[in-house]
Amino acid sequence: MNDFISLNHGSGGKLTHELIEKVFVKRFSMSEPLTDSFIIKESGSTLAFTTDSYVVDPLFFPGGNIGKLAICGTVNDLAVSGADPMYIAASFIIEEGFPIDDLVLIADSMAEEAAKAGVKIVTGDTKVVDKGKCDKLFITTSGTGILRPDMDYISTGKMIKPGDKLIINGPLGNHAIAILGARNNMAFRTTVTSDCASLNHLIHKALQSCKEILFMRDVTRGGLATVLNELAGMIKCGIMVTEASIPVDDQVRGLCEMLGFDPLFLANEGKVLMVVSAGEENKVVEILKSDPLGSYSEVIGEIIADKRELVVLNTSVGGKRIIDMPAGIQLPRIC
Amino acid sequence: MKYIDEFRNKDFVTKLVDLIYRSVIHNYTFMEVCGGHTSAIQRFGIPSLLPENVRLISGPGCPVCVTGTDFIDKAIAYSKMEDVIITTYGDLIKVPGSSSSLEKEKAAGANIRIVLSGLDALEFARLNAAKKIIFLGIGFETTAPGTAVTIKLAAKENIGNFFLFSAHKLMPPAMEAIIKNGASLDGFICPGHVAAITGSSIFDFIPERYNLGCVVTGFEPADILLSILMLIKMVNQNTPKVEIQYNRAVTLCGNLIAQRCLSEVFESCDASWRGLGVIPLSGLKLRKDFERFDIENILPIKIVFKEDNELCICGEILRGLKTPEDCPLFSEICFPENPLGACMVSNEGACNSWYKYRFVK
Repeated sequence: MNDFISLNHGSGGKLTHELIEKVFVKRFSMSEPLTDSFIIKESGSTLAFTTDSYVVDPLFFPGGNIGKLAICGTVNDLAVSGADPMYIAASFIIEEGFPIDDLVLIADSMAEEAAKAGVKIVTGDTKVVDKGKCDKLFITTSGTGILRPDMDYISTGKMIKPGDKLIINGPLGNHAIAILGARNNMAFRTTVTSDCASLNHLIHKALQSCKEILFMRDVTRGGLATVLNELAGMIKCGIMVTEASIPVDDQVRGLCEMLGFDPLFLANEGKVLMVVSAGEENKVVEILKSDPLGSYSEVIGEIIADKRELVVLNTSVGGKRIIDMPAGIQLPRIC
Repeated sequence: MKYIDEFRNKDFVTKLVDLIYRSVIHNYTFMEVCGGHTSAIQRFGIPSLLPENVRLISGPGCPVCVTGTDFIDKAIAYSKMEDVIITTYGDLIKVPGSSSSLEKEKAAGANIRIVLSGLDALEFARLNAAKKIIFLGIGFETTAPGTAVTIKLAAKENIGNFFLFSAHKLMPPAMEAIIKNGASLDGFICPGHVAAITGSSIFDFIPERYNLGCVVTGFEPADILLSILMLIKMVNQNTPKVEIQYNRAVTLCGNLIAQRCLSEVFESCDASWRGLGVIPLSGLKLRKDFERFDIENILPIKIVFKEDNELCICGEILRGLKTPEDCPLFSEICFPENPLGACMVSNEGACNSWYKYRFVK
């Protein structure tokens, strides 16, 4: 491991995993697999519990702001764990000199998104630090919700078998590109907006209509490539994905080509990967498509028996290659 | 999407693959000398589409990979100076120097900023008048004109705190060195974006002097496969020449405005290449009129650097003598998050592309 924290340790890819494994997992006696939420079973009721921190530059971007993100992210972590999100705690670290008007706008967004998702923000904390000690505003949200009956398998993937199908609820990379576009240093303009959204109602609809959803994971930092590799490792199987079926919007594709980015490595904030039993995939896609947050859902691949736990991509031109977890942050290409 | 979908059309690609299968009559080895090609070849799984007797090897086409350890060490030494801000293309920060990398120095507090162009670096200079802004100029004929424009602008605006540390390089001398070094080749997949600037005629000496075919190639799967087919035909008919496959971007003469700008600001000089050593007249340094922007001139620096890891075979990979899988370090202790050699660093490095997109049978 490098001696200092580098930005790559925050990329969500391999170095993030290494950091968590080497620094936290043993010291905190955490049990594998590490999932989006911890399931608490105490005196008859089963709760899911999760937390996440939000640091985004810029704070306001097309399609949302850090406040909306902080609600959606925690709601989604609970929802993909099979829980109905209920209560959220929010902590704010604020840099001296931050405009209160901006804080009001951010709090309004949080309230609006919480109402939409049907969760209550019930507790929190604020700290103010000297100018320069943090970048404007950092938010941490923690959330809890009641796990649906018999749903504790959903985040571990233990029900998955070869042949099961993978579904994604829409195009990849919009959040990352919207953020890049909103930064002034990139010298390009796009109309791409972040996909930032609470997915709990969409997931609720899908779970109500189909009992064969075997696994869910929200696809955020580190992109689809990270989630697929985590899944392959968890279930000790291979995954075969078809490039042509992975939805990517033209503007995102175009910018990826120009900058040398891979859409499979880009961050999303309103995407869920589902694994469903073979034969159920079209039904689930239809249900997802009936919701605006799933209009562009697609079946993108399947689980295969492969002890090497490789994620393999059938390329759009008929070639084959692996999809690896990103090593660190993606950097624009030189020429 | 225009210029993409038609060149990734599966039917078209399948036809080209079929034609390649029908054209091969013996073994062929072609070298790509552009990192963009290395990356595209692996990303689209091109090796999995080709017959076994068509072998693709990577040459010194990744600007990051060919940049010597001494350059990185000097950049690190500059980054430690009190009033200096280093500005660089992102990929370069991960390249290991003798004992550190710009990325590690950045994490430890050095003032190193990632920019997308020389013009971004110049803007830093305008905004930070009290600091010396050093731009690490790397890349071939593709990126060098951008640096030349930046230097001209800095001269016009009389910006006194902007400096260039140039590792810009020229492609044809390296290709010639590869041939002379004994790589066993049947032809070159020539760099499309270099040729968009220079014109395809800079490769004319290769068929003339060395009897090897050259096809200036685009970056989509159909471009690459069509070029391979064109090269196979040249070999079969023993008619080596320079052909342009990437005719939507490349002409015989290239971009004359960029060429003029380049020669106004830069002159060629001997340059050190990782793996290839010093190649005469293969680098670019600022002409006398602009030497006030040359950091090595203004602030000469001496460093002591160690040789690369002795097991690392980046040099032989860059010379086309070996492939990443021949390296004992590859995917054992050298991988993208812990690169020991430069070829593992950039998206366009041979080892990085091989590792990231490992081809599956």
